[in-house]
Amino acid sequence: MKLEGQVRIPSGCAIAAVISRDGKKMSGEMITNAMRPMHDRSNGLGGGFAAYGIYPEYKDLYALHMFFDTRATRKECEVFLKERFEVVKSEILPTRKIPQITDEPIIWRYFVSPLQSVLASMQLDEKEFVARTVMKINTEMQGAYVFSSGKNMGTFKAVGFPEDVGVFYKLEEYEGYSWTAHGRYPTNTPGWWGGAHPFTLLDYSIVHNGEISSYDANRRFIEMFGYKCTLQTDTEVITYILDYLVRVQKLTLEEAASVIAAPFWSTIENKTDLEDKQKHIYLRSLFPSLLITGPFSIVLGFEGGLMALNDRLKLRSMVVGEKDDKVYIASEEAAIRTMEPDARNIWAPSGGEPVIIKVKEGAF
Amino acid sequence: MIDVTQLDYKALNEALRQSGAVEELSGCCGQRFIAAGMSDKQITVNGVPGNALGAYLNGAEITVHGNAQDAVGDTMNAGKIVVHGDIGDAVGYAMRGGTIYVKGNAGYRAGIHMKEYREKCPAIIIGGKCGSFLGEYQAGGVIVVLGLGRGEDRIVSNFPCTGMHGGKMFLRADCRDIVFPRNVKASPATEQDLAQIDAYITEYCALFGVDKNTVLDSPFTKIVPDSKNPYKQMYVAN
Repeated sequence: MKLEGQVRIPSGCAIAAVISRDGKKMSGEMITNAMRPMHDRSNGLGGGFAAYGIYPEYKDLYALHMFFDTRATRKECEVFLKERFEVVKSEILPTRKIPQITDEPIIWRYFVSPLQSVLASMQLDEKEFVARTVMKINTEMQGAYVFSSGKNMGTFKAVGFPEDVGVFYKLEEYEGYSWTAHGRYPTNTPGWWGGAHPFTLLDYSIVHNGEISSYDANRRFIEMFGYKCTLQTDTEVITYILDYLVRVQKLTLEEAASVIAAPFWSTIENKTDLEDKQKHIYLRSLFPSLLITGPFSIVLGFEGGLMALNDRLKLRSMVVGEKDDKVYIASEEAAIRTMEPDARNIWAPSGGEPVIIKVKEGAF
Repeated sequence: MIDVTQLDYKALNEALRQSGAVEELSGCCGQRFIAAGMSDKQITVNGVPGNALGAYLNGAEITVHGNAQDAVGDTMNAGKIVVHGDIGDAVGYAMRGGTIYVKGNAGYRAGIHMKEYREKCPAIIIGGKCGSFLGEYQAGGVIVVLGLGRGEDRIVSNFPCTGMHGGKMFLRADCRDIVFPRNVKASPATEQDLAQIDAYITEYCALFGVDKNTVLDSPFTKIVPDSKNPYKQMYVAN
């Protein structure tokens, strides 16, 4: 059986997300149920969730969620972690045995804090150090895989249908102010736990419906900056691109959206707002290799917010709705109605038009 | 009335096939392919129907009380679909007969690759505004967009009529803010032109309770392929 990285996987997929602008906590049950009406968009080979605000008691620590193939790999990896971090807590990530989810790897989580002495000697800021450590484990340590590495957030993913993955990870026991979800439809491989969405790095997580055709051009560019694309899935490269543009290059989310889903030159040419026109010319000229072509609808999760974005041709569906403090995003309106039957202002964002929702200051 | 809350799309369509000539569904939530290929039925849908509602429809009539999702009337052959709300992307994808009425807005690619043949001439009537690529590769049939309630927004977004090579499109606007490809001809609609779509506008107004005089009190633009400037050398030099 070939794993991902050895063979390429196009996907169909379903996505959904919900966020409370007031930072009110929601259990994972609602987002799990949202995936049920979209069951046929997935084929049972991958489902996953990202949740923000779920670890308030450890909010200053990086929460590493990890898959291991064997106990020996775990022991070896823990030795490595202790060389770099103070490990405040390590435990088995709680799961529930259900017949729909089988062949699970060893799943642990660690709450860690980088050792100041190591940071000082490597002359790196904390986030860059954690990002590099994740890359190192995922590329060099056979059988170990970090699938979540942010603060006060966590990713939960598996091979299976998303509604079953939510039950498997007991998501009803977590309380978060923001959730994203994904159901996967890979068509070329048996699927692998690490290859399910969301893909995360630090607190950035991506769920993605689509199949980008610029993958290799994007990968070649982003790998110049220390990122390693190990899985050959297009979603992984989107995660790294957004980390690079937003965290490293300090672009705003709107600017990052204009880079990856840039308008056509003809559309830019016809813009009447000259400042806006100049900005688009600048961004397309500066980051031409980060234009993502081909169909995608994505939701980017980050600390305190979400961004939804379609490719510029809008080759995938995405609907947004709201009710009171909550905003709902999904591939289909049916999923939004499952979360909130009375959702209002249901609308479909245009291709390349980012929808950015932030939790109000101080509420997360 | 069939409560379809617990039914997947196969069970739902099976229940519809077993039902009488007039049937109402309640509790719909995302089931795909509702009424696919059906004829001789009148179906009312409450809730949110899933993608490809009325695909290959062959004469049945469907009314949706609410919004509809993507690819409504995909490859529809005959019949009528009425949506009392907005509609997702690619409505009437490759439809070749029948009519679709949408009270509100349509997403991207409405009427993509509609076609007509002899007496078969499909029509889509959209009350609100449309997303980009309206009538992409249109090969036949009629698309009417009324732009009601659009405010300051354009009646259609970018790249309408890309690849259009047959059929007709009518937009209820002067369209000075719309860029059309050079292979189509856009001109103010004449009275004779409007007479061709009068029956559609009359039915739209009757279905959704809209005043017809208000609808007609506006310029219309007619778009047809420009036969003097056909597509050539697009892909190969021949």
